[in-house]
Amino acid sequence: MPLLKINGKTFDVNVEADMPLLWVLRDELGLTGTKYGCGVAACGACTVHLDGQAMRACVLPVAAAEGRDIVTIEGLSPDGNHPVQRAWVAHQVPQCGYCQSGMVMAAAALLENTPKPTDADIDAAMTNICRCGTYVRVREAIRLAASTTPARS
Amino acid sequence: MNAILNPERRAFLVKSAAAAGGLAIGVRLLPDASAAGAAEGLTEVTHWIVIEPDDSVTVRIARSELGQGTFTGLPMLVAEELECDWSKVRAEYADVNEHIRRNRVFGSMSTGGSRGIRDSHKYMREAGAAARQMLVAAAAQQWGVEASELGVAKGVVFHTPSGRAARFGQLAGAASKLPVPKEPALKDPAQWKLVGTSPPRFDIPAKTTGAQVYAADVRLPGMLHASVMQCPVFGGKLKAHDASKVIARRGVQRVVAGPDWVAVVADNWWRANEALKALPVEWDTGEHGATDDAAIERFLRTGLAAAEVPVARKDGDAAAAFAGAAKIIEAEYSCGFLNHATLEPQCAAARVTDDRVEVWVGTQNGETTIAAASEVSGVPLDKVIVHKMHAGGGFGRRGPHQEYTKQAVLIAREMPGTPVRVQWSREEDMRQGRYRPVSIVKQRAALDAQGNWIGWHVRQADQSIMITIVPDNVKNGLDPINTRSFSDNPYSVPHFVNEYAMRNPHVPPGFWRAVAHTQNPFYRECFIDEIAHATGRDPYALRRPLLEKKPRDLACLDAVARAIGWGAPAPKGVFRGIAVQDSYGSYSAAAVELSMKGDKGIQVRRVVVALDSGHVVHRDAVEAQIQSGVIWGLSMSMHEDITIKDGRVQQSNFTDYPVLRLAETPPAVESIIMPSGGFWGGVGEPPIAAVPAALCNALFAATGVRVRALPLRKLGYFYA
Ligand code: FES
Ligand code: FES
Repeated sequence: MPLLKINGKTFDVNVEADMPLLWVLRDELGLTGTKYGCGVAACGACTVHLDGQAMRACVLPVAAAEGRDIVTIEGLSPDGNHPVQRAWVAHQVPQCGYCQSGMVMAAAALLENTPKPTDADIDAAMTNICRCGTYVRVREAIRLAASTTPARS
Repeated sequence: MNAILNPERRAFLVKSAAAAGGLAIGVRLLPDASAAGAAEGLTEVTHWIVIEPDDSVTVRIARSELGQGTFTGLPMLVAEELECDWSKVRAEYADVNEHIRRNRVFGSMSTGGSRGIRDSHKYMREAGAAARQMLVAAAAQQWGVEASELGVAKGVVFHTPSGRAARFGQLAGAASKLPVPKEPALKDPAQWKLVGTSPPRFDIPAKTTGAQVYAADVRLPGMLHASVMQCPVFGGKLKAHDASKVIARRGVQRVVAGPDWVAVVADNWWRANEALKALPVEWDTGEHGATDDAAIERFLRTGLAAAEVPVARKDGDAAAAFAGAAKIIEAEYSCGFLNHATLEPQCAAARVTDDRVEVWVGTQNGETTIAAASEVSGVPLDKVIVHKMHAGGGFGRRGPHQEYTKQAVLIAREMPGTPVRVQWSREEDMRQGRYRPVSIVKQRAALDAQGNWIGWHVRQADQSIMITIVPDNVKNGLDPINTRSFSDNPYSVPHFVNEYAMRNPHVPPGFWRAVAHTQNPFYRECFIDEIAHATGRDPYALRRPLLEKKPRDLACLDAVARAIGWGAPAPKGVFRGIAVQDSYGSYSAAAVELSMKGDKGIQVRRVVVALDSGHVVHRDAVEAQIQSGVIWGLSMSMHEDITIKDGRVQQSNFTDYPVLRLAETPPAVESIIMPSGGFWGGVGEPPIAAVPAALCNALFAATGVRVRALPLRKLGYFYA
């Protein structure tokens, strides 16, 4: 019976050990901000943070997430004020928006690890699919978020 | 918008409004008693506009928000005429059920063909103007003055001589009782203050926090989740399945079968989908079980070979021009099937009781959704409630085709009162698309002794979309949509004939974003490039005189040529391509600049797209659509390809149906927004049309290789 730590709260979920974390979030806990797009780690719509790293929840068995620190889009910031979210609004990034939870989580993890990413860093980290083609603005927003986040020493 | 976030409460309120006697008082959340007191003040000034005592203005939207910005753009048109305070404006979907009960009062709900604004700007602006006049008339009555003495600004009606003023919220009740003026005068565009600017889009904040609820995210008490498998061979039927093999699995509640599909229903979608994968199923694949791409190509080629086929357009005497030509150039181009691959795979939720159906769906047309739900349930339209959710991508997939809606209703009907959410897997979505049609096009150009282009013969062998959707629109064997960009081409070539041989394979076609303007402009604009090179002319210079009678096409072409620096030689190792295309009432052109990395690595350095949509409502949303269109065009050019074997689609996911990713996005995507005024063109699709041709023309400039079939990936190319 996995004990999950999600967005600072502990959840006792009664599911199969091999159920991907995505479906625990969406169908057991009602945390639907994390999206299903492909189920095979190909699109990034399901991106969450696992101990601060971007992870694709659709291929992560819930057993492997036990005891780890899980953050979903709902827990990224209390009020939508994470620098990445602010930059996303400033650049009016989303179109349909379906990919954007994953985009925001991937970008936040990138900036956590690499506060001043180069264009190549952005290209390498942001492998999420946006079918609406918001990539131009995703790049701009990440640059903005990087410029407004003080680099940690 | 808050009304959309909680389907349960919305449902309750819609029901209450319906029970209260039909005339909707809006679908409004009333969170506490003090706000409930305001309910009496909810005032529908026209059916499009509700003004409340706190001056908030709710604009009802009949079209659908797919990410193109319609939820913000249409209210801007209303607010421009209403002269309200923009910060008090919000948007909500016009209720589909109410629409039916009120005799289709909200007009077309169709959200395709780039028509959200171009087909509804007039009545939306008139709604704003009418409501303003009614508010003014109400103030005039109250104050005993002439309406002509009153002014309006920022949601306040004022009478300068007496110093009196009243807020819209104070006047709305009285105004709503007045007759709605017919065809009120509209502002001259020169007076627009809001239209043409870029206020923040209403839908964006919730799309950055995970708060936006899509149909995939609807969760209701007791809800079950279903995964569906349809016969992988189009036209086939379900022959047998063995539910006993999966029914005992954890969480599985039921196996439901339709004529050509089977679904597993469980308490968690993953459990449903795992059980579906384990379910023994046999299909009767029907007559198409052996069809493959080669067979489809042979079938299309009968259209190229046929002696006589329908003619979509004929100018002059092409036969004579070819008979007397000094030189003839000919080339054959082709493109295959493409899938929409909306990032939210098709899905819908439904709850069915004896006398009522509710569905939650991201739809491009509320009317086709309500009709589909009513048809399969047998419940009359006025007892069907459609909760329109913002769609996770549309691109033409979620309009006329509502299979997922029908499946949700049919499955939910099996368990009355229990809400069931149908979620197609990505694999199902890939294999059960409504695909951009296949086509092969042969073009011939007749040149006179001076190298002038005098004759043009186009023979399309092509799959009709319309014949599957509105067959009556296919007249004399001509699909009115699939010939576009040939039959309506802007060039003055004196002798022209566009022949159309309809050849319909069994693979179901659909309206794929920009529709025929994805492949036909590629064929046409690359062929024109071929003519230029064959006659030693500059591709831009060849086009210019032929577009003299089409100043808007020409202006766009000139704009991108100027921006890309066409007049001056490109830096060493840099190559350019150009193309032009009008579509959906707008004009567009594209220029591409690229370098090669080795033989096959394409480094797209710059893409410039010019767009003349006549008027521009939300400037930043137009720019976003241009950027989006560039990505769409580059994606289809390089990557996308649906292939058929054994009657079925071979691709299954983004692993074998790649689409463009961020790392492949050019460093510079530039928009030239050049509205020339006087007309209302579309925006969601037109920027795509010229991109693939401009890319392939630049590739020819770089390599001397003429690409006549997409995607480029099949020829070994990649974005470097
Ligand atoms: S849903 Fe997990 S990567 Fe696509
Ligand atoms: S915004 Fe629609 S998929 Fe990215």
